[in-house]
Amino acid sequence: MSNEFWSIIFGRLTWDVLPYDPIVIVTFVVVAIGGVGVVGALTYFKLWGYLWKEWFTSVDHKKIGIMYMVLGLVMLLRGFADALMMRLQQAIAFNGSEGYLNAHHYDQLFSVHGVIMIFFVAMPLITGFMNYIIPLQIGARDVSFPFLNNFSFWMTAGGAVLVMMSLFVGEFAQTGWLAFPPLSGIEHSPASGVDYYIWALQVAGVGTTLSGVNLIATIIKMRAPGMTLMKMPVFTWTSLCTNILIVASFPILTAVLTLLALDRYVGTNFFTSDFGGNPMMYVNLIWIWGHPEVYILILPMFGIFSEVASTFSGKRLFGYTSMVYATVVITVLSYLVWLHHFFTMGSGASVNSFFGITTMIISIPTGAKIFNWLFTMYKGRIRFELPMMWLIAFMLTFTIGGMTGVLLAVPPADFVLHNSLFLVAHFHNVIIGGVLFGIFAGINYWWPKAFGYKLNVFWGKISFWLWNVGFWLAFGPLYVLGLMGVTRRLRTFDDPSLQIWFIIAGIGALVIAGGIAAMVIQFVVSILGKNKEWDTTGDPWNGRTLEWATSSPPPQYNFAFTPVIHDNDAWADMKSRHAQRPTQNFLEIHMPRNTGTGVVIAALSTVLAFALIWYMWWLAILSFVAIIGAAIIHTFNYDRDYYIPAEAVTQVEDERTQILGGAR
Amino acid sequence: MSRFAKFLLVPLVASLLGGCNAVVMAPAGDVAMQQRDLIIIATVLMLLIIIPVMVLVVVFARKYRQGNTDAKYEPNWDHSTHLELVIWAAPLAIIICLGAVTWVSTHLLDPYRQLSRIGPDRLVPEGVEQLEVEVVALDWKWMFIYPQYDIATVNELVVPVDRPISFKLTASTVMNSFYIPAMAGMIYAMPGMQTRLHGVINVPGEYKGIAAHYSGHGFSGMQFATKGVSDAEFDTWVADVRNSPDMLNRQRYLEVEKPSEHVPVMHFAGVESGLYTAIVNMCVERDKMCMSEMMSIDERGGLGHAGLNNLAPELYGGGERNRSPFGPQKTYVAAICSTDEAIAMTAKLPAIAAPSTAPLLGRGLDRREAVAQSNAPALEWLAGKLASTETIPADAL
Repeated sequence: MSNEFWSIIFGRLTWDVLPYDPIVIVTFVVVAIGGVGVVGALTYFKLWGYLWKEWFTSVDHKKIGIMYMVLGLVMLLRGFADALMMRLQQAIAFNGSEGYLNAHHYDQLFSVHGVIMIFFVAMPLITGFMNYIIPLQIGARDVSFPFLNNFSFWMTAGGAVLVMMSLFVGEFAQTGWLAFPPLSGIEHSPASGVDYYIWALQVAGVGTTLSGVNLIATIIKMRAPGMTLMKMPVFTWTSLCTNILIVASFPILTAVLTLLALDRYVGTNFFTSDFGGNPMMYVNLIWIWGHPEVYILILPMFGIFSEVASTFSGKRLFGYTSMVYATVVITVLSYLVWLHHFFTMGSGASVNSFFGITTMIISIPTGAKIFNWLFTMYKGRIRFELPMMWLIAFMLTFTIGGMTGVLLAVPPADFVLHNSLFLVAHFHNVIIGGVLFGIFAGINYWWPKAFGYKLNVFWGKISFWLWNVGFWLAFGPLYVLGLMGVTRRLRTFDDPSLQIWFIIAGIGALVIAGGIAAMVIQFVVSILGKNKEWDTTGDPWNGRTLEWATSSPPPQYNFAFTPVIHDNDAWADMKSRHAQRPTQNFLEIHMPRNTGTGVVIAALSTVLAFALIWYMWWLAILSFVAIIGAAIIHTFNYDRDYYIPAEAVTQVEDERTQILGGAR
Repeated sequence: MSRFAKFLLVPLVASLLGGCNAVVMAPAGDVAMQQRDLIIIATVLMLLIIIPVMVLVVVFARKYRQGNTDAKYEPNWDHSTHLELVIWAAPLAIIICLGAVTWVSTHLLDPYRQLSRIGPDRLVPEGVEQLEVEVVALDWKWMFIYPQYDIATVNELVVPVDRPISFKLTASTVMNSFYIPAMAGMIYAMPGMQTRLHGVINVPGEYKGIAAHYSGHGFSGMQFATKGVSDAEFDTWVADVRNSPDMLNRQRYLEVEKPSEHVPVMHFAGVESGLYTAIVNMCVERDKMCMSEMMSIDERGGLGHAGLNNLAPELYGGGERNRSPFGPQKTYVAAICSTDEAIAMTAKLPAIAAPSTAPLLGRGLDRREAVAQSNAPALEWLAGKLASTETIPADAL
């Protein structure tokens, strides 16, 4: 058996690609033991069948939403572990010390940290919220395309699997999270790292794009009667804008990564330095996706904060109309600012000022939103539950992040702050202070809806304070270091006077680790604890939008009868008019049937990506044919729906009637 | 406003950051100082709205808490045209000011613009010639060529104080960013391209120079010392460099260019003429065609199919391991060194008529005007150029 034979079978996958770094080996062993433990436990308790039937193949938007959230939270742990390792390296690599990470490892860390946090933490978490909440808020029974929804989730998960795999088989990109050529070209990055990057994002990107299409269709076509666009809850509005951004911008990412893949696989010259290639074109294209991506992440959070502000102030949202217009303006403007990510490339002064000023203009609608939340609190009765605390923390943190952002939009100021730790502090300030705080507010706000009981407040508060203190400890020093002229992605330092700041930042990261731990404890205590705060009413916060009109957790079909809407706070309106919940004459309900096709196609796509990464051409062809085959076979599956009989609906609703009666 | 803000804030910021050497806030060059001032002005402008908002958040959160039943409660109050006007107009007003500041300062501090002053109220003195420095970002060190003095260095930039400096920047393989925080903002250095930067150092001293854009494994060690010295010291230093034994010709450049980390300072007593231009045009190896030449040929219609005969297999860098699995063998466009070669090449494929690209009009698809396009002009130009330049002997390669 010659080497050639093996290379046809396994491509460039050899024993050499397995990790040799002791840190990675230890991680691998721990993960392997943990993985075997989990698989063993699932097998022992005979949970596989349950998981497959009730979760993996489920087309129920609520279960898919929860699976997205689980994926995002698990990946958060991985992404944060990377962050801790970077903080430790930067805190000790002084005075000639190389630290404990070599360049090969460290450079992967900062690349994979960014990729995971954006694509596999923030994106799944916001998609999870949108999946779970939108149909409930608009009074629908599911999304427009339930199978597509399941498939989208598994494609996202497939991308996450590929990124995780790169830790143990081969390596990840050492290029930064956007993989700029020529560094990411085959000439300078010949190993598997950039290929993992490309194919993980391509596989996950299919999921994200399709989920965007799905949710736009859902919001446009499936609103309950009476819910005109200007009566939609704000979260649904911001989600609509986010999904429009997704559908309009992710194809750019797909295209630019395809061009990069062509450069790497078939030797084209789109982004090479010679033969007419133009790396600057890549930088432009990826940021034309990348900037809208920022708003894809933050807009749904603005929606969550709007819901939280009005619910916990016990008041209608101030300036609903201007809130909606502000969201739409941000959506449009987010396409006109991409060049501010590279003022330093040497565009002319007029081009730079144009993009600088358009960037500043975005702060006007954003500022209007902040004021709207402020005046929602004004003359309210504010209950400081956990979601409201996160809102206040967000308003105080995000304004600082927004201010440093506008500062970076002034081109001459950007020339001295670009690529510095000031920039790093800025985008963590808006992404942690905006996106993550929003996610935490959302989790605490909607957890009782999803599971029927409130999260533990004690541990929630500990987590809140650790996160807030930790955030400023970790990123305050980075602002200072940025002003000291320290740039990002450095592995070692010469100047000993910088060390103290990195040590403080490292302590901050540890405090945040405490915040994450407290949050995990909060979940565990709430799930396993005996004294749960059960929510029997379905409306634990005295909510205002439609998701609080149904039970917690909602029945499979969400609403026994589709509600009719008269006001933008539909549920508050119903409550104020003492609307009676229907208790009889239930009809059978048409529902989509679960299917395993999504799991199968996504798994095949992941195999295809793996084959392409390792040059196993036979496997790539085979899995590609199998994907097409599975899609065709699925078209012959006519068993796609079923009816929940009227008796079953009556039974569920009667139980709820009893509980509600008992509660009163 | 600007003076006032500076007056108030410089001491404040300086005292806050006094313990640490915040070079961005206390730079040593006029351009960076103006950029610092701009940071302060922009921050002050924004604080005008940020501070009231943050105060109001805290005040409202406290005043309208559930426990305070004295506070007004109006659950259905959700609109006020006056307030709406204010909350849109206030940020708008700030942004109009900031936008105006941005437009003006971006043009004044355009890194491509030659300096007109070396400090506040200090114009560039007459008769002072700006110092030209050609910068090459290599893997992983910086090369500085001083064309006016015919010297070059690696990882050491020495400049006379109060003399405007004009940088031209490029890179050898991947993108990087050239940044001396004490002098001026950063600018990218990119292979096959040239960017410009202008700056000046006003205070003598040694400053950090940074590679500010990640460029591969040796990136962290890719720093250089920048020294601002007096004119006399500069002349001594130049004389010193001229005494070094090393010369920077194409051959030596290709040796230095090979990836290396934590490279100590190197001095070169002389620089082969045209080296920097060759680096920008990616033709330091003599048998590669320069990008400028390629572009000239293409501008005149290109060589057509004849150009395909002019590819040679890549021998430098890269190699088999770094090849795309399905890509052709890595090639480069060979230089055309003699008239004979050009004639031989064009003889293989005589002038061809390229397909017309004139716009189609529809209705039978007439063309507006058939533009004669062929590779003839390019060949003609090439022959003329080769006739006028000295033929390079083959052994020079």
